[in-house]
Amino acid sequence: MVDIASPPVAPRRREPRDAATLGRPAGRRIGPLILRAVVIVYVGLLVAWPVALVFWNTFADGLAPVIETFTDPLVLASLRLTAIAAAASVVLNVVFGVTVSLVLVRYEFPGKRLLNAILDLPLSVSPVVVGLSIVLVYESTRGIFGVPLAAAGIQVLFSTPGIILATTFIAMPLVIREIVPVLTEVGTEQEQAARSLGASGPQTFWRITIPAIRWGLTYGVVLCLARSIGEFGAVKVVSGNLIGQTQTATLMVEQMYFDFDQEQAFAVAGLLASISIIAIVVVSVLRSRAERKGTS
Amino acid sequence: MSIDIQAVGKRFGSFVALDDVNLSLPTGQLTALLGPSGGGKSTLLRIIAGLETADAGRIRIEGRDATDLPAQKRGVGFVFQHYAAFAHMSVAKNVAFGLEIRHRPKEEVRARVDELLRLVHLEQFGHRLPSQLSGGQRQRMALARALAVEPTVLLLDEPFGALDAQVRKELRQWLRRLHDEVHVTTVFVTHDQEEALEVADQIVVINEGRVEQVGTPDDLYDRPANDFVMRFLGPTTTLAGLVVRPHDIGVVALPVAGAIPGTVRVVQRVGFEVRLTVQTSEARDPATVTLPRSRYLELGVDVGDPVWLRLPADAVRAPATAASAVLEEATSGSH
Repeated sequence: MVDIASPPVAPRRREPRDAATLGRPAGRRIGPLILRAVVIVYVGLLVAWPVALVFWNTFADGLAPVIETFTDPLVLASLRLTAIAAAASVVLNVVFGVTVSLVLVRYEFPGKRLLNAILDLPLSVSPVVVGLSIVLVYESTRGIFGVPLAAAGIQVLFSTPGIILATTFIAMPLVIREIVPVLTEVGTEQEQAARSLGASGPQTFWRITIPAIRWGLTYGVVLCLARSIGEFGAVKVVSGNLIGQTQTATLMVEQMYFDFDQEQAFAVAGLLASISIIAIVVVSVLRSRAERKGTS
Repeated sequence: MSIDIQAVGKRFGSFVALDDVNLSLPTGQLTALLGPSGGGKSTLLRIIAGLETADAGRIRIEGRDATDLPAQKRGVGFVFQHYAAFAHMSVAKNVAFGLEIRHRPKEEVRARVDELLRLVHLEQFGHRLPSQLSGGQRQRMALARALAVEPTVLLLDEPFGALDAQVRKELRQWLRRLHDEVHVTTVFVTHDQEEALEVADQIVVINEGRVEQVGTPDDLYDRPANDFVMRFLGPTTTLAGLVVRPHDIGVVALPVAGAIPGTVRVVQRVGFEVRLTVQTSEARDPATVTLPRSRYLELGVDVGDPVWLRLPADAVRAPATAASAVLEEATSGSH
């Protein structure tokens, strides 16, 4: 119950507002004020405060344990694996995401609504279920794809390909859901204009379509990256969690936490959180700069 | 002939957009495709550009069969109603696009872009983004962009449709002057008869997927092929089963041989002219007559007074297709 103590942020925010509304009938501004306070407290307690605590705990005992953590070869191996899985997930989801979005926006075909619904599945289904479904398909003694792949000497489960597959699956809708509304809004006239000016299909795609959707794409990439780095459930099922081999950073955090290596757990968790926060900050800075120039 | 359209047909589902259209547009002229919305004129323009494919028929551009050529190989410049500006490129980059696609030398591109920006009076705006321009400026940029690749034909789809009335008037006069300077074969789509009459060398009236008439503005105004063309080119009214122009009808306050008697129902003053609504004895719907205010004051009639209407022999007329047969004897046709 101690945690419920209101963070200092909320009351401090109120002061300038009170100053600004001096001289106005007090009762009229109460409603929006309460609403604002509720939102700030809600977001603060649910998101900002706990995430801030992670950083607090990371540096609670100074820099030494942090440095020790990030020189541990097992930690570095898990971070490398997370980086590989996240990078592969971003590349695959960008290539297929752009393709699928173009198909969804530009063409009418039977089964389009069904395809649309299936694309949202990874967001609505629990990652554990996703992990288990991948196990069923790629299991090397019974899985439909698993048996022939095993015969060809390719191990999917309990190795990097399985981790990449699970991560990509989980993050699949993020790029598509960012691009589709942008593509719909931009329409096809710019592309038609480019064609009439002599541009080929690929030239039109690279010079007109991609720049037109670049902000949606950037957001999609950032969300996809953040989601991929943070994936836990599906990866836990398919990876086998072999320390130093198939243990991603999130799995490692969990293990360290349960092994009472809490300092190390917080250090890695803090790093994961920082990457996501930096990514979102970078995008919003780039975006506001672009908007000031009037490009968006 | 610069553009030859032979037996072109196009359907969208069960809707017939174009029905066996045959048309030849001469080189170097400014032609308007005029007609009501949904009549097929934009579809025809897009088929010429290769942005839409015809279900039937052939398109020839400067003698070359272009029917199966993709848009980028037809050598046409296309200007869209909503500009289709490349939002992420500066004005100069927009204009340079077609040249850069063709890998022209940098110096040549820069010189050509400067020249075109001067032509469309945007030389101060080369570094700006399209979103920082007004609608009229954006459309001039789009025009410069289309002209940059030296197209054999320039196609404009309702180019002034998204602009407000004042800018539209300025731009269409400017388009006329530009065409006199550049001389590229130009076809523009419009539903505004005033725009077509003012700007075009030749007008093609299109309705319900068919060509109703082709001719100069004078031809169309003085010798409309049918009542549709006549109705579309300006205000009309029906008198004695004929479609006529309200200002051609003569009004007198005394009975005259051959004139049609009627009663004034409404008197409306609109600026410099007066509009009378006259119920004649021989027609169900009243006729509209417009006359200068001075002439109306001379006449000295008001609501409820009897008047006599007559149509001068040289007035333009067309039989009203709906009820024309019965009442046609009242006035003999002049052509």
